Amino acid sequence: MSATKNDFKAQTHKNTVRLAVWTGAWVVSMALAAFGPKFVWNENKTLSVLAILLNVSMGIMMILANRTLIKGMDELQRKIQIDAMAISLGVGVVGGLAYSLLDTTNVIPWDAEISFLVVLISVTYMIGIFVNQKRYL
Amino acid sequence: MKNRLKVLRAERDFTQGDLADALGVSRQTVNAIEKGKFDPSLPLAFKIASLFGHSIEEIFQYEN
Repeated sequence: MSATKNDFKAQTHKNTVRLAVWTGAWVVSMALAAFGPKFVWNENKTLSVLAILLNVSMGIMMILANRTLIKGMDELQRKIQIDAMAISLGVGVVGGLAYSLLDTTNVIPWDAEISFLVVLISVTYMIGIFVNQKRYL
Repeated sequence: MKNRLKVLRAERDFTQGDLADALGVSRQTVNAIEKGKFDPSLPLAFKIASLFGHSIEEIFQYEN
């Protein structure tokens, strides 16, 4: 019994830590790619491209780590994640395109930024996780 | 779907955590199955049945 216990809990913990590490690396590489050209390497295009390639590489590792984490979850945990992802994807597509339309039709005076979409998807995902966790308590 | 998981667990003096550990799932999942809020997959149902030494039908009862 304890072997299974240690396997499941230890593996989940390991997968979570791995995802946190790659997410941290991705955020740092994003900051480097965003601020490096202005503050570190004076708009050197080669270094900017390298920084962006590094950011994409970190992002791919983060995606793979997230997939590993979800594959290692039990069936209820996976269901909760998939339900939340379905909602956040739908809201992201519908909300993101509607926001873009508000911009292209000049209903709003400012530009539609991609950061809005990221925040919308993140908030919707977190709400989805919270609601589904409560449902199965 | 109704089930006798709570009774069988109590008979063996298992906590939800013990059962979760034995099945390789989270305690939340055991709790949700016991309360009938979540129906386990067939492989997990077989695992539960095997652990308690019963058939699936003796533990889980389908209800419309």
